[in-house]
Amino acid sequence: MVWGGKLPLTRGVTSIEGGTGGGLSTWALIGGNETEDGIGASAFYTAIPLSDYDFSAYGAAVGLYNRVEFSYAHQEFDTGSTGALLGIGEGFTFEQDIFGAKLRVFGDALYDQDSWLPQVAVGVQYKQAEHGALISALGGEDDSGFDVYVSATKIFLNQSLVVNVTVRATEANQFGLLGFGGDQESGHTAQIELSGAYMITDRLLVGAEYRTRPNNLGFAEEDDGYDVFVGYAVTDNLSLVAGYVDLGSIATFDDQNGAYLSLQVGF
Amino acid sequence: MRKTLLICAAALVSFSANAWAQEAEEPVAPYVQSDANAGAQPITDPAVLAAFNGREGIQRISNRTIELALADPQLGPIFQPFDMVRLRRTLNEHFCYLLGGGCTYTGRDMRTSHADMGVQTRDFNLLVRHLRTAMVEEGVPYRMQNRFLAVLAPMHPDVVQR
Repeated sequence: MVWGGKLPLTRGVTSIEGGTGGGLSTWALIGGNETEDGIGASAFYTAIPLSDYDFSAYGAAVGLYNRVEFSYAHQEFDTGSTGALLGIGEGFTFEQDIFGAKLRVFGDALYDQDSWLPQVAVGVQYKQAEHGALISALGGEDDSGFDVYVSATKIFLNQSLVVNVTVRATEANQFGLLGFGGDQESGHTAQIELSGAYMITDRLLVGAEYRTRPNNLGFAEEDDGYDVFVGYAVTDNLSLVAGYVDLGSIATFDDQNGAYLSLQVGF
Repeated sequence: MRKTLLICAAALVSFSANAWAQEAEEPVAPYVQSDANAGAQPITDPAVLAAFNGREGIQRISNRTIELALADPQLGPIFQPFDMVRLRRTLNEHFCYLLGGGCTYTGRDMRTSHADMGVQTRDFNLLVRHLRTAMVEEGVPYRMQNRFLAVLAPMHPDVVQR
């Protein structure tokens, strides 16, 4: 058993859904600092103070032999004073738990520099939201659901770039916080997540992400999300991400944007 | 007078013995010398060679990388049993050839030369870190460091013991 060993930033950071990724999107990298010879783990806390809501998430992941990742995240979506305007009460908080599993199928994002082949992983996220009664009153079909995805991540060392493409089948409304499926559209649809980052040093990178999302609920439009971020590996065990995120309209309140702040530890 | 001469002669003998000890390489099993043993085509962009400060810069980087590796508590014991005189020469040739410095690589291929080292991915990455440090000390910009690492990275499966 070998502890640690990954190069800085090559374990990625933790996405808001608990798995290794960027910020909004999930990547094919396996979390933890371990190599194929060991076991690693990570934990995170992310806060996204939006215009009319406060989003936060925390969780942890375990990486096994740089091959398999199991993750857990708890998301909270605090409506604050907006809750009163929505008629659900001031400070009403939507919450959900996300259990993830990811398998690296083939490729290595870092070492396969002599080929165009990316690191490819498949994964599943089971999501269980709270407040089922309210979710169905809003038009949501279920208070639990699952996403499946295929991710391809590649580090282009010659260009100092990191690129990720993920295709996700999902029926989640606002990541699942507003339930799964709806009066407008039920069942899984294919959504895409695109990320690109430039490595300024081996510990500092800047990037942007775009994530399409379903629009299942009749009462409120759901938009695609995007972010721009700076990621910094302070040490091998501590990474910070700061950025700007825009999630569009959420529960009839338009232009939900704000800071993206995330702290991650890993070994 | 005679005593002084003797001391001088003894000093000379000891100096040359010392020089011999520093220069001589231990013999290795015969192999076919070829640039193909370098495991990759050299970078042809002269901007990369310039960023590494030419052959002199490469020499400093390869020597410094070995120095840092030997001082590393994890890597030191892996390197210690090997012939450092030969390693210094072949690593410099390897870097110089791959960076387009016009050197000939006379060492063995990556699989053969690492066959008995028991290198794991963690060790491979540790050496990358020391190489990074050496390149930073030489003032090589990160994007140019990455151009070099892009050439070295695919050697990972040959270097690491399966």
